Amino acid sequence: MPDLSINFAGIKSPNPFWLASAPPTNSGYQVMKAFDAGWGGAVWKTMGVPVVNVSSRYGGVNYRDKRLVGFNNIELISDRPLADNLREIEEVKKRFPNHAVIASLMVQSRQEWHDIVRQSQDAGADGFELNFGCPHGMCERGMGSAVGQEPKVLQTIVEWVMEVAQKPVIVKLTPNISDITEPALAARRGGADAISLINTIQSIVGVDIDNFAPYPVVDGKGTNGGYCGPAVKPIALNMVKNCAQHPDIRLPISGIGGIENWRDAVEHMLLGAGSVQVCTAAMHFGFGIIREMTSGLEQYMVEKGFETIDQLVGKALPNVLPWEDLNMKYKVTANIHAEKCIGCQLCYTACEDGAHQAIRLNAGTRVPEIIEENCVGCNLCSLVCPVEQCITMERTDAGTQHLTWKGRTEAGDVPVEFNDEKAGGRHHWVPEPAAALGKERHKTLPGKARVLNGETEMPAEA
Amino acid sequence: MAEYSIPTTEQEFQLNFAQLKPHMNRTEALYESSRCLFCFDAPCIKACPSGIDIPQFIRQINSGNETGAARTIYEANYFGNACGKVCPTEVLCEGACVYNLQDVKPIEIGRLQSYATTQVIKSGKQLFGPGAATGKSVAVIGAGPAGISAACELRALGYEVDVFEAKAQPSGLTVYGVAPYKITNEEILAEMAYLQAQFGYRVHFNSPINSREELSKLENEYDAIFLGIGLGKTSELGLPGEDKINCTGAVEFIAELRQHHHEVAVGRKVIVLGGGNTAMDAASESSRLGAEQVILAYRRAKDEMGAYGFEYDLAKGVGVKGLFNVAPVEIVGNGYVSGVKFIRTETKDGKVSEIAGSEFVEPCDMVIKATGQAKQTNFLSLIPGLKLDGKGRIIANAHTGQTTNPKYFASGDAWNGGAEVVNAAAEAKLTARGIHAYLSK
Ligand SMILES: Cc1cc2nc3c(=O)[nH]c(=O)nc-3n(C[C@H](O)[C@H](O)[C@H](O)COP(=O)(O)OP(=O)(O)OC[C@H]3O[C@@H](n4cnc5c(N)ncnc54)[C@H](O)[C@@H]3O)c2cc1C
Ligand SMILES: Cc1cc2nc3c(=O)[nH]c(=O)nc-3n(C[C@H](O)[C@H](O)[C@H](O)COP(=O)(O)O)c2cc1C
Ligand code: SF4
Ligand code: SF4
Ligand code: SF4
Repeated sequence: MPDLSINFAGIKSPNPFWLASAPPTNSGYQVMKAFDAGWGGAVWKTMGVPVVNVSSRYGGVNYRDKRLVGFNNIELISDRPLADNLREIEEVKKRFPNHAVIASLMVQSRQEWHDIVRQSQDAGADGFELNFGCPHGMCERGMGSAVGQEPKVLQTIVEWVMEVAQKPVIVKLTPNISDITEPALAARRGGADAISLINTIQSIVGVDIDNFAPYPVVDGKGTNGGYCGPAVKPIALNMVKNCAQHPDIRLPISGIGGIENWRDAVEHMLLGAGSVQVCTAAMHFGFGIIREMTSGLEQYMVEKGFETIDQLVGKALPNVLPWEDLNMKYKVTANIHAEKCIGCQLCYTACEDGAHQAIRLNAGTRVPEIIEENCVGCNLCSLVCPVEQCITMERTDAGTQHLTWKGRTEAGDVPVEFNDEKAGGRHHWVPEPAAALGKERHKTLPGKARVLNGETEMPAEA
Repeated sequence: MAEYSIPTTEQEFQLNFAQLKPHMNRTEALYESSRCLFCFDAPCIKACPSGIDIPQFIRQINSGNETGAARTIYEANYFGNACGKVCPTEVLCEGACVYNLQDVKPIEIGRLQSYATTQVIKSGKQLFGPGAATGKSVAVIGAGPAGISAACELRALGYEVDVFEAKAQPSGLTVYGVAPYKITNEEILAEMAYLQAQFGYRVHFNSPINSREELSKLENEYDAIFLGIGLGKTSELGLPGEDKINCTGAVEFIAELRQHHHEVAVGRKVIVLGGGNTAMDAASESSRLGAEQVILAYRRAKDEMGAYGFEYDLAKGVGVKGLFNVAPVEIVGNGYVSGVKFIRTETKDGKVSEIAGSEFVEPCDMVIKATGQAKQTNFLSLIPGLKLDGKGRIIANAHTGQTTNPKYFASGDAWNGGAEVVNAAAEAKLTARGIHAYLSK
């Protein structure tokens, strides 16, 4: 059996799955329940200055019949008394000495930081996470993302914390910034032991179109909130990668954002996350999802021959390159496996309207045909096809040549002016604009139009 | 063994005749509409005789625009809810859904269609109305799917419309013929009331047009006449004993059933003669009325039946037994039916022949003849110049529905010889346009 345990910047836990600082870690009751269910660690709901919350607090993004592909909140940090939180941390640590309990903190002055770090330390916390991410409510008071967006301020606060911290310090980064590596570098300069990312993305999750107010609605009004859930994973992955690849950051990364199953977790890890944190999925499905996560991770490690988590962390990083380093000689072409095709013709309409007019329909069959010469190998058709493995992208170059934009630039072989012969689309075929007119008639016109005057005659497709 | 006990109350009747396609709630409609792929040049549209833009209305449901969905449906087919519930979708839209090729359940198009249309029927939302008056008027004979659809479209085109209906309720066989587990009287009548409120045509019930005089009156008062008279009574078999008590025609039996529900008595052992969809319905209905044994007797082999496979499965599912390759020769009994004398048949090179000496009597106490509906040739012969084809169907122009008497137009069963509600609805829309073209000349 592979070993799932980790030592993350000095914080040990039986597996890499931690609950992120959020409502699921609001109390000792919840954290104990989570550990009992199998979670390896918990970052306590952020403790700090006293706050008052509003009602309602959450909004969701549903995609068709799928609930909460995106989630947003306008909640603040813990509104429970600090003393209660600290007492419960102590209780949890007594009962679960080998699990990671990390105190998430957010206060203002140097003195306050010193006090709260010492108190959490005394309560038995295994580490600290400095919340520089909250994008609403706290930033107006000069905390949360207001700090995260100011690398200098961030660095100063980290320095204050390092003055008293005897346990590892993680800095949680806000994604509401154009270059995530800047605050990450500031954290490093301040002496932090690790970073975690991403916190929520500033968002308006939807608008009540009957009452003209953003969700979640508080007495007819709303405010911007923090966005998270499955929809933010791609943004999180990219930011994790940026921090992991930066030569000067070199800090352990706790990956957060859109993690719902083992696969999401593995993706974060392959891009450099040494532990992962989960919030929305636990809020949506409860702590029980941990069983699938650990079992999936274990199975994956067995199949790939990984024995420890360290072996997979960052494994995909060497293959993430700047665009200019990609091989321009590589070429794939779409291939329709006719025996699998169900004839929905989504690929046809996608390529016609959204790509390169490289798919044609033929009379007498609903199976579309790829026009190989026109196909640029963009993948679109294979992405819209509803049948598994029905459209495959096949390599068509010989695999012997390698040429990158960087290489071309160095060799002085790049297009430099408008209408340059060397430009990409120069000799790529496109239909005449006017050939488009009347094309939509390939769609069977609905009943209303199916009358008399021959309007609905289907033009025979050439 | 009877599958069902005899229903004695309306409640028990409703249980025995539970709807095959019950209405969806918002959640189910959301889930189901989410699955639709929005196919290009969608095969489901092509398979719909009324050409409803199915992916469009499903997308509208999915985005919470039920009203728009209902409009899309009604624009193509005025029997939107009825068709969603009674259409043989398995061989039409749903049978053409691309999911079938992936061995995945096809989209439940019929139920989604009913979901959208019942929303506007319930709310009474005004989606349509009469068009600018042309000053001309059309008489419609028959308030079935053909007649009512023609009336709607003609009103939309600005004509005054009077519908003359022999019976007391609108929608023709939808309320008098279709099996009760496909659609309830309440809901089809609600759709009819909705359409009438939208378009404002007049319907004269209990007003059969039977004589030359009545026709002359219509010819004088109206600019055109639309024939939506459907078919007639069950055809006579011409067998000895056919007049015995408890030997009845399927159409008549079902009409009774639709109006009187559990008050209709069925025999303990019923023999249904025929192999078409009406035979399947009558057999299923007998079983659901509590008959202990129901036998479906057909002249040819099982796979030669005209009925859709799923209709036969439905009958089998409620305990109906098939008796194949038998032809009835006599209804036996003393006043009341006590059995059917059959002769065995065989099919060779597509021809059925009787096997001499193979007669036998199958005892029963009720016989339902589902051997087709007669054409209304007597009535039609009152219309000068109106020609029928060899099978008694009205001959009319395929694009305009105009008959060989230019003032008369036709659609539905009387024209197509007997099809489905959706065909009548689609044809009548086309024909109304034909009338418009004729009267606009
Ligand atoms: C038993 C049975 C079950 C069926 N089940 C289904 C089903 O499940 N799904 C489906 O889609 N289709 C079904 N059908 C077929 C469908 O009902 C018909 O195709 C459809 O109703 C035809 O519509 P229509 O308007 O042409 O005729 P009809 O529905 O027959 O309507 C004709 C109307 O004209 C009236 N009329 C006739 N003569 C006169 C006159 N001289 N004066 C005034 N009024 C007159 C009649 O009273 C009737 O109301 C079934 C048919 C039968 C017999
Ligand atoms: C393949 C692709 C190419 C794009 N190219 C451009 C571009 O050239 N210029 C631009 O302003 N935005 C470009 N965009 C961004 C889109 O205009 C748009 O801002 C973005 O996709 C978000 O909208 P969506 O969620 O509807 O896709 C591109 C998007 C895609 C998917
Ligand atoms: S998208 Fe796939 S299934 Fe649909 S027509 Fe194209 S190849 Fe066939
Ligand atoms: S890969 Fe892109 S260009 Fe090629 S056929 Fe598919 S959609 Fe068209
Ligand atoms: S064929 Fe099926 S999936 Fe495609 S548009 Fe029609 S209902 Fe939707």
